[in-house]
Amino acid sequence: MSKVLVVAEHDGSQLNSSTAKTVNCASGIDGTEIDVAVLGNGVDAVAQEAAAISGVAKVLTVDRAENANPLSAVLGPQIAELAADYDYIFGPSTTFGKDLMPVVAALLDVGQVSDIMEVVGPREFKRPVYAGNAILTVEVDAGAKVVATVRTASYKAAPDGGSAAVEAASIAAALPSHSRYVELQSEAGERPDLQTAKTVISGGRGVGSKENFDIVYALADKLGAGVGASRAAVDAGYVSNDMQVGQTGKIIAPDLYIAFGISGAIQHLTGIKDVGTIVAINKDPEAPIFEIADIGLVGDLFEIIPELQEKL
Amino acid sequence: MKTILVALKRVVDYNVRIRVKPDGSGVVTDGVKMSINPFDEIALEEALRIKERGEAEEVVVVSIGPADVQQQLRTGLAMGADRAILIESDEEVSPLRAAKILLKQVEKEQAELVLLGKQAIDDDCNQTGQMLATLWGRPQATFASELELNGNTAKVTREVDAGLEVIEVDLPAVVTSDLRLNEPRFVKLPDIMKAKKKPLETIAIADFGVESASHISAKGWADPAGRAKGIMVEDVDGLIAALKEKELV
Repeated sequence: MSKVLVVAEHDGSQLNSSTAKTVNCASGIDGTEIDVAVLGNGVDAVAQEAAAISGVAKVLTVDRAENANPLSAVLGPQIAELAADYDYIFGPSTTFGKDLMPVVAALLDVGQVSDIMEVVGPREFKRPVYAGNAILTVEVDAGAKVVATVRTASYKAAPDGGSAAVEAASIAAALPSHSRYVELQSEAGERPDLQTAKTVISGGRGVGSKENFDIVYALADKLGAGVGASRAAVDAGYVSNDMQVGQTGKIIAPDLYIAFGISGAIQHLTGIKDVGTIVAINKDPEAPIFEIADIGLVGDLFEIIPELQEKL
Repeated sequence: MKTILVALKRVVDYNVRIRVKPDGSGVVTDGVKMSINPFDEIALEEALRIKERGEAEEVVVVSIGPADVQQQLRTGLAMGADRAILIESDEEVSPLRAAKILLKQVEKEQAELVLLGKQAIDDDCNQTGQMLATLWGRPQATFASELELNGNTAKVTREVDAGLEVIEVDLPAVVTSDLRLNEPRFVKLPDIMKAKKKPLETIAIADFGVESASHISAKGWADPAGRAKGIMVEDVDGLIAALKEKELV
């Protein structure tokens, strides 16, 4: 039986849902046993969450002060050491996994498959290239370890219901001290995270100003939704850049996405390809976003948002 | 510092509509506009600004690819790089092999800072910078939106999913640029003329003695699945009804 090691993403207290999505992808490889590695400082709660993911056989923990913050130069050698017992080493294709997994691949002297969106066979995978405008099928040579990142937008989280054993792993690898974590500046407030929210409301240049975004926030709060924005809105200074949805921002896959005043530049559409239902509201009937929207409404967002606020 | 090395990749221009070849053997690149990978262009701009602040003596651009890559290297020289190196190869080079080759060049140049884009917009791999840093045994700072040099260290602000992460790394280091690090300058005609006289060295990829062994092969390219045609509604009531039908509100 082949074995998969999934690298858990967490913030020190909570497991990121990208982990269960990566487990789901790994479960698509026939006849594998899936273990999850949790590296951190004080990892018990996170390890328990990982152990509850259905389909996980074992959770390996590496609990040490150096792992308090996710520095890839520090985590990489530890995962490469754990990888000795595994055929597949998977991480999520979030900024965490994108930064870390190539370090692991380089240490193991193998290539990496980035952004798996479909498991075709045990060593064959589909991945988006050219910003999702083409799909490439790749094959990893027999005998080589498969190091990969998993496109989280392509997978639902594996459900809870597991009860895997949690085991502390010991690591011999020497860790570098040349990289130091300073701080995380986050504008995240009470609203759900863009990448985990079931509903996301998004505004574009059509919203017109930073102040005007207040009605977008108000509607989002009524629906319990996350708030995103187009690059045009970010560049115009209406919102902070961690809210940007698109090829160069965040690629998201909520059940419902409502775009207000977003014309639909290619790079934005790339970020919402996997959304369940796309709703587009724009005063320009020719806006390209209507070509991919599931539900379109031509009209003035300053009339439509208050009406939605009242009627929903 | 003395030398900053900037790695550039020649890619299909970001404004080109990508078409997959009918036989699935790749995407159409014949007669298509090619450019410096936009993230690499941002990396080069950052290197030039560091030099212009007096914090580096020399900016060297390096690329791996066919002879045509000279065009992009000349553009890099016109932007302000001091010299260029083309590592000539007619075959696709995987990120791991590119990292191994770049490492040899980095060591030869004794670069104290290596700048490149967070990913190339053709294969979207997002690997080369991290692999280079790892093989080099030096720090990496990916997705940089701000870079501040302080003697032997660099403070880098990184665009991560949770917000902006700040890390400090010892130099030498590898920094990969994100979109908001800067806005690259436009090249002016006199600069293009001047760039023609700047040194551009060509080295055959075989001279590096780094075999092609990424363990990953391409099986075929295809168009992405399209979305089903949607519906238009007349008003807010119609919208709410459609959402209720899908059990979304």
